[in-house]
Amino acid sequence: MTSLLIRGGRLIDPSQNLDRTGDLLIRDGIIAGAGDVAGHVDEVIEAEELIVSPGLIDLHTALRDPGDEEDETTYTGTAAALAGGFTSIACLPDTTPAIDNRAAAEFAILQAARARNCHVYPLGAVTKSLKGEELAEMGQLVDGGAVGFSDGKHPLHNSEIMRRALEYSRMFDRPIFNFPEVEELSRSGVMHEGYYSTLLGLRGMPAAAESIMVGRDLALAEMTDGKLHITTITVTNSVKQIQQAKEAGVKVTCSVTPHHLTLDDSTLQSFDAAFKVNPPLRSRDHIDSLIRGLKDGTIDAISSDHQPYSIEKKRNELDQAPFGIAGLETVLPICIQSLIDPGHLSWLQLIDKLSTRPAAILGLSKGTLKENSAADITLIDPHAEWTIDPEQFFSRGRNTPFEGWAVKGQAHTVIVGGQVRYYRGQILSRMNPAV
Amino acid sequence: MRVVGIVKLGQFVFLLSTEETMATERPNRVWNRKHILGLEELSAEEITQILDQAAEFKQQAKEGVLKLNSLRGKVVANLFFEPSTRTRTSFGLAAKRLSADTVDFSPSGSSLSKGETFIDTAKNIEAMGVDQVVVRHATPGAPHLLSKHLQASVLNAGDGTHEHPTQALLDIFTIREQKGTLEGLTVTLVGDILHSRVARSNIWGLKKLGARVIVCGPSTLIPRDITQLGVEISYDLDAVLPETDCVNLLRVQFERQRSAFFPSIREYAHLFGLNTERASRGKEGMVVLAPGPINRGVELSTEVADGPHSVVLDQVTNGLLVRMSCLYLLNQYQDRQAERGDS
Repeated sequence: MTSLLIRGGRLIDPSQNLDRTGDLLIRDGIIAGAGDVAGHVDEVIEAEELIVSPGLIDLHTALRDPGDEEDETTYTGTAAALAGGFTSIACLPDTTPAIDNRAAAEFAILQAARARNCHVYPLGAVTKSLKGEELAEMGQLVDGGAVGFSDGKHPLHNSEIMRRALEYSRMFDRPIFNFPEVEELSRSGVMHEGYYSTLLGLRGMPAAAESIMVGRDLALAEMTDGKLHITTITVTNSVKQIQQAKEAGVKVTCSVTPHHLTLDDSTLQSFDAAFKVNPPLRSRDHIDSLIRGLKDGTIDAISSDHQPYSIEKKRNELDQAPFGIAGLETVLPICIQSLIDPGHLSWLQLIDKLSTRPAAILGLSKGTLKENSAADITLIDPHAEWTIDPEQFFSRGRNTPFEGWAVKGQAHTVIVGGQVRYYRGQILSRMNPAV
Repeated sequence: MRVVGIVKLGQFVFLLSTEETMATERPNRVWNRKHILGLEELSAEEITQILDQAAEFKQQAKEGVLKLNSLRGKVVANLFFEPSTRTRTSFGLAAKRLSADTVDFSPSGSSLSKGETFIDTAKNIEAMGVDQVVVRHATPGAPHLLSKHLQASVLNAGDGTHEHPTQALLDIFTIREQKGTLEGLTVTLVGDILHSRVARSNIWGLKKLGARVIVCGPSTLIPRDITQLGVEISYDLDAVLPETDCVNLLRVQFERQRSAFFPSIREYAHLFGLNTERASRGKEGMVVLAPGPINRGVELSTEVADGPHSVVLDQVTNGLLVRMSCLYLLNQYQDRQAERGDS
């Protein structure tokens, strides 16, 4: 029996609507009690001035393993997750080959076990080879450990396939994640369509390309009673439609990324591919709608949408460079800056969107500090001041638009299953030498 | 200014003038930019400085001084990652008129086809001792990207659908030559505004020099946000011609269009093609420009292209002068930087 006491921290647990100072005891990888804990313990972490949060959970991470290991591996991606404060991540199936069968799902979990960093829960492909044509073997994928389904950044454009996916996945009570984009409207675009795309002569991706797909998916979710998760929404009209659908009882959840809350389309004036992301950075009015949606609960969760790319791929002409931001390691400070500091969200609300709600969306009994739950815990130092330097990332992806930003707040200690895996900038877990 | 003699001293050429006004005409006009990436970033004074320098070259050419020594010993690289005949030839000749050595680069048969990145290619060429890089590229912002990675001066010769500063400068130079000033003129840009770098650069330059700008074309090819640049939108060429001093007929960029933006070329010509009948509705003395290459029978009829209102060939002549002016001023900046470094 081993025990670990986290002493004197600010315990924040949205699952119990809890925000108070106290101790937290972990015994054999399980949370054994909150409040003032007395008696002998093996190890103590002093958590004064720190927030003690249920481990953060990311809904949308590309690990690129196998197939694109120059961009990321399971080891580097999960190390980046720890550094960002995440104890669990849902990984996308858009690897090469894709996670569209049981063996591939099991491989993703095996790679995570070898890395011994954080938990990895694969999202299985909705369709074979992510082609959007035939359903993948969802039942097999669930047996292999898939917690939901997604075709990654390939929108499910065929409405019939989407309908069947929503219906079929009901058997497993797993959500279908769809990336909302009508490709015909945004094809060969590189940024949000608006004043700045006109100014810069860059091909635009209109807001309607997203909201049309959101509207279709909501109609199909209502019709089928399936579980729908809409990833990375960015425009006003998406928020409005989702709000109405939720009021009507549609089983829909949705998420946003920190970068879409912080950066607008004027940043593309730099012609820097670090700002090239899909969905594109939108204009200020859309950002305001997203923040309102987070405040009123229409938007359930915040995800990194971690899309790592090697430098040689990203440092290219703007239309040649791939879309994406390596986001895992900057989620916390960017959320603090754009949501906590201006008073849009309380810490309790922010942790709900980064841990408790993502756990519910993925059907995991996590995102809580309740007794007898697995001890996945993140200690956050909300005051730590630092400068974002991609050279210091654990991720192989150095593609961040936040390079050089002076920020505050970062993960201090990350505990996975009762083990301290990350402590003040150091990864403490070791790769399994047996494999 | 009347030139009565030329003295060559080292790399400098002194023109002996009978008038002493040269120094007072342009007191302390020093060029302060390392790159020319677009007209958006240039001030009215800077644009005027380029035009005035080009006018000076034109005057000298008339007086028989065709070749100058300003860029002797300097190397200008023409990096054309997108096909071009006219701009490339014009830049090449402009550099030669200033006595620069030139090196031409085009992607076919180069390392680009072997997978080398655009920046690496440019750096390699720069390493051969290049002072100025003239770049054309299909991607907006490509010259801006280069300017961050190279030591040499970068001159944008057209980046995708973003800017084409020297084309706009030569259009504006030609208008100024015809009309004396830009102030108060109404200039109508006709055609594919959405895909036109020439339109964007023209809008910046014309607005800065005080002209009124109307953009006119099919509604699918005019982005609505363009009004935020201070221009007016019209979909009816016949309605705006009577108030138009200069009409600039942009080429329909078939190669940049992702899908059909209008039903047929026939219909385009019907609605927006400038024929003799339409040209006659223009304001008295209306000037017709076209950046070319022109599609005869589409944007304008042969009669108009070769007619009395057309200044299409003046534009080509002036293009050479404007490009000489840009190369000359960038070189002036570099020489001054080098002097500072020495002292």
